[in-house]
Amino acid sequence: MTRDVVIAGIAEAGLNKGVFAEPVSVLDIQAQCATRAVADAGLTMADVDGLLTAGLWGIPGAGTIMPLSVVEHLGIKPRFVDGTNIGGSAFDAHVAHAAMAVERGYCDVAVITYASDQRSASGRNLEGKPPHLNMQFDSPFGLLTPIGSYALAAHRHMHEYGTTSEQLAEIAVAARRWAQLNPDATKRDDLTIDGVLESAMISDPLHKLDACLVTDGGGAVVVTTPEKLGAAARKRAVYVRGYGESVSHWTINSMPDLTTTPAAKSGPAAMQMAGVSHDDFDVVQIYDSFTITVLLTLEALGFCKPGEGGEFVANGRIAPGGAFPMNTSGGGLSCSHPGMYGMFLLFEAVRQLRGDAGERQLEKATTALVNGTGGGLSSTATCVLSNR
Amino acid sequence: MSQDATPNRPIPITDPTTAPFWAAASRGQLSLPRCGDCDRVHYYPRAVCPHCGSESLAWETLSGRGTIHSWTVSRRPAGAGFKPYVPYVVALIDLEEGARMLSNVRADDIESVAIGQAVVVDFEEMAEDIALPVFRPAD
Ligand SMILES: [Zn+2]
Repeated sequence: MTRDVVIAGIAEAGLNKGVFAEPVSVLDIQAQCATRAVADAGLTMADVDGLLTAGLWGIPGAGTIMPLSVVEHLGIKPRFVDGTNIGGSAFDAHVAHAAMAVERGYCDVAVITYASDQRSASGRNLEGKPPHLNMQFDSPFGLLTPIGSYALAAHRHMHEYGTTSEQLAEIAVAARRWAQLNPDATKRDDLTIDGVLESAMISDPLHKLDACLVTDGGGAVVVTTPEKLGAAARKRAVYVRGYGESVSHWTINSMPDLTTTPAAKSGPAAMQMAGVSHDDFDVVQIYDSFTITVLLTLEALGFCKPGEGGEFVANGRIAPGGAFPMNTSGGGLSCSHPGMYGMFLLFEAVRQLRGDAGERQLEKATTALVNGTGGGLSSTATCVLSNR
Repeated sequence: MSQDATPNRPIPITDPTTAPFWAAASRGQLSLPRCGDCDRVHYYPRAVCPHCGSESLAWETLSGRGTIHSWTVSRRPAGAGFKPYVPYVVALIDLEEGARMLSNVRADDIESVAIGQAVVVDFEEMAEDIALPVFRPAD
């Protein structure tokens, strides 16, 4: 007999113009957010017996064996830890891992944490990895990281299906229109398709505005079972109904098919576990590291056929008022993107399912799909969430 | 073979399995392991065939011919060593023998680069026993 699993608390570090509003260390950001997320669930840190974390800070050094530094800093002694790092999808995979642990009683209250000060610390650049091991066949050729891998996929998709830069730009424009409804979004000025196409070409065919923002960011998510919650927290809890993961490569030369992301496996697995199909989702949160990521993911998840992603997103379908509400916070393209965005997909799904999304709140939001993508289209994790 | 020593580009840090690939390149040959069990060539070189798990692998000198599977142009340098090259083409090349590798396409006119285009290998010397296999449009 397994237990129901819920996301019972969330907390997101506040940003001001893309940097932490409260400038403390990446460890302190995680301690603050963990404590606030646990309080959001009506629990205390003393209840926490599971810790999951991933990030890119402190390597080499404090972040090398990351869960140990986070556990120490939080002052907890968990019986379940997970430091799975598969790129930006890690936190969506963590929901699955935490759910498995909670379902079986391996832990009762798991906290997932993340922080990145890449913007305030200028920690991000386009340089490649040290040219050793598998990277010796990647770094010497000067592919921009990570945009180059996505650009190769975009060109291939254009070649196979006739997808256009205008169609990709439509994804960025829709994200901006959602961001304009979100007071916490970083980029809220008007954006048009021409504005995207006129922005600097970085890695053909992807422009600067086909790419996500570079911001700080941090947060925490509490995964537990309803029996641990008080009545108020139970009412606001969001059920984890299904999950799936798939990983296929790191360097882009080893991606099996440039236009099919691993979501083609993780998506159906999550939907089957939840017993839902495409028409059941009121809102979807799709990792938008780049515009092409969204288009490929919609196809891989089966919301449209391979090659039809361009048409699917056209004419404002994914924008506010459109038939397919997606990335309602403004996403990584316009809200925030601290390097590993997967946790922020969860935040927005939970807000919509709780009815906490303010001006951008959807009228009906019962069931949500979250799909994180990490690396160079390398890994995906899909979660099906429901408020009942 | 073109002489194009640019010490600032990342120079591959080889290991016992991969050193023969780079050494062959420095002799002007593109060489990859072929599997004695599944008969497939793989990229990048490994001690165990990623297609079937076999350790029965033998180095084979390839034709150096391939086609562009996809390509992009780095409009910014991926690190200081790439500054002299900007803008430069990075491409996935489907080799005639079946493996797919990441490389550069050195074309006089980068606007002429296209998916499906036939390319042939060329080599740029980087260090002793290391040359970088790059491609140029086939004549
Ligand atoms: Zn084999």
